[in-house]
Amino acid sequence: MDAVYDWFRVLYDETGINLPFLYDSYDRNRMFQGFLTTIWLSLVCLFFSVIIGVIGAWLQGSSFKWTRRIVNGYIQIFRNTPPLVQLYFFYFAIGTILPRVENDWGGQSPILGSFAWAAISLSCFAGAFNVEIFRSGIEAVPKSTVEAAEALGFTRVQIYRDITLPLAFRVVLPALNNNLVNLVKTTTLAYAIAVPEMLYEANQIWSDNVNVTEMMIFMLLAYFFLVGILVSGMNRWERAMKIPGYG
Amino acid sequence: MGAAYKTDLPVMMAPKAPEREPILPHLRAWHIVPLVALCLLASPLAFAAEHDIRQPSLSVLVTWAPLLMKGFIFNLVISVSAMAVGTFAGAILGLGQLSPSAPIRKVAWLITQFFRNAPWLVLLFFAMFLLPFQISFFGLSIPLPDWFKAIIGLSLPVMANVSEIVRGAVNSLPSGQWEAANSLAFSRRQTMWLIILPQCVKRMLPPWMNLYSILTMATVLASIVGVNEVMTLTGQALASEGGRPDLLAPFYGFVLLLFFIYCYPIARYTVRLEKKFAVIG
Repeated sequence: MDAVYDWFRVLYDETGINLPFLYDSYDRNRMFQGFLTTIWLSLVCLFFSVIIGVIGAWLQGSSFKWTRRIVNGYIQIFRNTPPLVQLYFFYFAIGTILPRVENDWGGQSPILGSFAWAAISLSCFAGAFNVEIFRSGIEAVPKSTVEAAEALGFTRVQIYRDITLPLAFRVVLPALNNNLVNLVKTTTLAYAIAVPEMLYEANQIWSDNVNVTEMMIFMLLAYFFLVGILVSGMNRWERAMKIPGYG
Repeated sequence: MGAAYKTDLPVMMAPKAPEREPILPHLRAWHIVPLVALCLLASPLAFAAEHDIRQPSLSVLVTWAPLLMKGFIFNLVISVSAMAVGTFAGAILGLGQLSPSAPIRKVAWLITQFFRNAPWLVLLFFAMFLLPFQISFFGLSIPLPDWFKAIIGLSLPVMANVSEIVRGAVNSLPSGQWEAANSLAFSRRQTMWLIILPQCVKRMLPPWMNLYSILTMATVLASIVGVNEVMTLTGQALASEGGRPDLLAPFYGFVLLLFFIYCYPIARYTVRLEKKFAVIG
């Protein structure tokens, strides 16, 4: 591997194309950490946004008028406001109201760090879309199927968990995948509150080395391939879930 | 039988005009009140115990509101310009994806995928840092201000998305349209411009409006790269008030509210158009 790294150093000396995240071990390490943070943040948000979507869609089918209204209000507020402002609102406005805890060095630190707030905010943002997506899938399940389950003595939770949701899942997969891909792209916003993800680390490197052009092109390619791999994986999954004749 | 004749039989009554479905069926005017109240009162309540003699946060917000509104209008200007540029470029790219020539199709497809897969923020950084701050043109130097570069940066993903919308709409038309036009001796170009695209406009409108809504919400990203729009101004206003923590929630809440008031009607109208066109299409 060292030969490869050295080659990039030679490349810099010969042509001026500076890619320090390849030949410099310190920069390489932080770039890799940033990549891991992006992946980890994406996974956490993916998980919680799907949970919010499933629970929200269930609450939307509730017979209480106010439960439905609150869920609708949540969806509309999060869908129609900029995710960046939501992030700021969570991190600066709510984060400062919460109590502080004492950290290891005896100082005061906020109870939730920037990563936690980014995860919460982005999960809520993507979750609002997921609720709508799951609801459309649940509506696509024939009413007679639910009635048949009721006749067999299933409870409401059992019907949702064992019958409606699995049937709805196949219907919602394309829309869900689309939203999840969007979520991965939205994780770059965490840059604004200094979560050390890929874009943030790239910014650190180009501030140190003054190689904005190279880093910018690398960032575009990195996200292109990251999202491209995700999209092709999701498409494969969709094809695997397809049942001929069932749309 | 005069006007004095009275009845309560429904058949004898004058017909009533059917009630129009309002654009905002779930949001009534009074809903604004709890929304605003929630945003504005949350933090003063939390800081009530502090009982200081400084100006209450609400009146501070009222002082700054006109400036923030101006910033918001700048956001809207950016969004409309980026949409115009992006739609124009995207339409060309979309038609390129449908071209009969394979190389043009491949290149258009690659450009579309590239800009669709890249995050908006990265593209914005890309435009901000890599475009020169001025261009020389026959000895005449034209400055490229920040906001102009932001418009270019935001129009790139819009372009890619419009390209996909055009391609999707054209492909969603039944192939019979093409065959019928062919049998009537329309050329390919005539078929596209006179038969296919006019029908597609209807299908493209809802996703296009959706995209506009997303773009409007993305204009705040320009604050990260230092354009003087609403988010930047909010930060500056907060700084000039001395970074009081009880001001954070009302100010950010106010920005959220501005965007909500603008984007929610667009979202409702899009849903309405989708429903309306779904029956015919």
